[in-house]
Amino acid sequence: MNTAGHGAAVRIEACGKTFADGTRALDPATLDIARGETLVLLGPSGCGKTTMLRIIAGLELPDAGGKVLFDGKDMTSVPIERRNVGMVFQSYALFPNMTVADNIAYGLKIRGVPREERAARVAELVALTNITGLENRRIDQLSGGQRQRVALARAVAIRPGILLLDEPLTALDAALRDRLRSELNRLLRALGITTIYVTHDQAEAMELGDRIVVMRKGAIAQIGTPREVYFAPKDRFVAEFIGAANIVEAPIENGVLVLPGGRLPIEGGATAAIATVMIRPETIRVTSAGADALSGVVDSVSFIGDRQRIVVSGASSKPLNVDAPNTIQARAGDRVGLSIAPDALRLLPSEP
Amino acid sequence: MSQKSFVWLCLLPLAVVTTAFFLLPMARLVVAGAEGPHGLAGYLAILTEGRYRATLINTVLLAAATTIVTLIVATIAGMFLQRHRFPGRAVLIAMLTFPLAFPGVVVGFMIILLAGRQGLIGDLSNRMFGEKFVFAYSIYGLFLGYLYFSIPRVILTIMAAVQKLDVGLEEAARSLGASPWAVQRDVVLPALAPAFVASGAIAFATAMGAFGTAFTLATNIDVLPMLIYTEFTLAANFATSAALSVGLGLITWFILALARTFSGSAVAAAG
Repeated sequence: MNTAGHGAAVRIEACGKTFADGTRALDPATLDIARGETLVLLGPSGCGKTTMLRIIAGLELPDAGGKVLFDGKDMTSVPIERRNVGMVFQSYALFPNMTVADNIAYGLKIRGVPREERAARVAELVALTNITGLENRRIDQLSGGQRQRVALARAVAIRPGILLLDEPLTALDAALRDRLRSELNRLLRALGITTIYVTHDQAEAMELGDRIVVMRKGAIAQIGTPREVYFAPKDRFVAEFIGAANIVEAPIENGVLVLPGGRLPIEGGATAAIATVMIRPETIRVTSAGADALSGVVDSVSFIGDRQRIVVSGASSKPLNVDAPNTIQARAGDRVGLSIAPDALRLLPSEP
Repeated sequence: MSQKSFVWLCLLPLAVVTTAFFLLPMARLVVAGAEGPHGLAGYLAILTEGRYRATLINTVLLAAATTIVTLIVATIAGMFLQRHRFPGRAVLIAMLTFPLAFPGVVVGFMIILLAGRQGLIGDLSNRMFGEKFVFAYSIYGLFLGYLYFSIPRVILTIMAAVQKLDVGLEEAARSLGASPWAVQRDVVLPALAPAFVASGAIAFATAMGAFGTAFTLATNIDVLPMLIYTEFTLAANFATSAALSVGLGLITWFILALARTFSGSAVAAAG
């Protein structure tokens, strides 16, 4: 985590949100964001992530009792125009009646920054976001990717204490999204501002986040580094939302998971009548039949390029997804052995 | 029959109606304007003859004032109505659009009931100051009447435009530090400009040509439609009334054309 960054430290304290019609968008949540950290709010639509972002921005007021603090200062009742936050919207919300340069300079103009200084800052940001030469274009003459960069440049121009991004890549097509994601990552690292990033895309969250807050139905499901939420998900929802996961339900006897296709030693596995266990597809190794404790029959093989997805039935109560190297020869109907390291079996709390 | 000739056949009724009831009378009108004792110079009389010129200027000023005041009132009201939900909102919107259902005569009648000799305002002022305020039959009464039937048309257009406005634009401006006033000035009003031009042009054209209200009220006022009427029916001055008609049409058409090039969208005259 980048601890020596710029910008403000953010704390939200018991911030919930109930809308006028009685819908509960966010359960009271408390969250600390360190100075210079990039925090990703991740979850499916309707999980409350955008509401949390808007509370931090000052576009929504938290329910009574909720507090928003920047560097320890209570900002709860301060309107957005005086919070000094930079915001990038999903629709970009670029001003159509202004040129690219005027869009980027707008916040500085409002602040009364002299013309020459504004021009210098615009030149600096245009170079940083790779849109040199577009300064005098109108917004409707820009491509989606260019708009995204202008929106980012405009938000950063005012040197905000906090940068807030609401699904900034969602409106772009897949190839462009991947390219801009790594560009954005480089930029956020270079800027080092406290950043809060909302997305429903777990790949974005993994690449960009110092920490990820996984949200579900208006509540925080888990907070952790990308590695933590990937390797040690707290529950089944997180396990399935982040990456691909096999969820296996089977009894444990004396530290050994008992599956229809064989027995697997499991770390920290106390005896249980029925346990929920997560196995990531890439932690399963395909071997020749009979060589390992677990065996099954290949259902299907999908060649993806850099790897292949093999579905094996008979090993567990449900077919197992296995990510195997693209060099392995396997055909539907083959009998294979599966080897899984004991620490790759992740015990999850049973769902009620 | 080929598909193309079938399409042309379908357009035939429109062609007949347009020729019979629009193109031919228009051509006749233009010719009639030049058939007076002064020939083509009859058209010049619109500008040179003091009474006609004054009326022309009067009418344009009245239409312009109506347009500007309507835009101000309707923008504020339309923005408020679109952005706020409150009990009775639907009823209020229905009431505001009510004048659309009235012909100009009824609007004039209502102005008389309000500010005429037996009107409400005159009654009240008589009791309070011992003097009757009567302005229904002046240009102010006419202005009020025009305002009354212009506001609904404009309000509906503005409300539709406000609805289409991306709330994100305003939020983005605020996040950059813009005060509520700056947001209106820099973001909202520029975004509504096409709607202003379109609905303003309609208000202007309507006010230029409105006859019913003027006919009911205008004992002391000369506006162009009234002048055409009196020249035509009372003075039997066909040439002048035709020339005035062509003049009125040209000015209104010019304003609408101007608005169309600005806004790019279709602007239809009404009234």
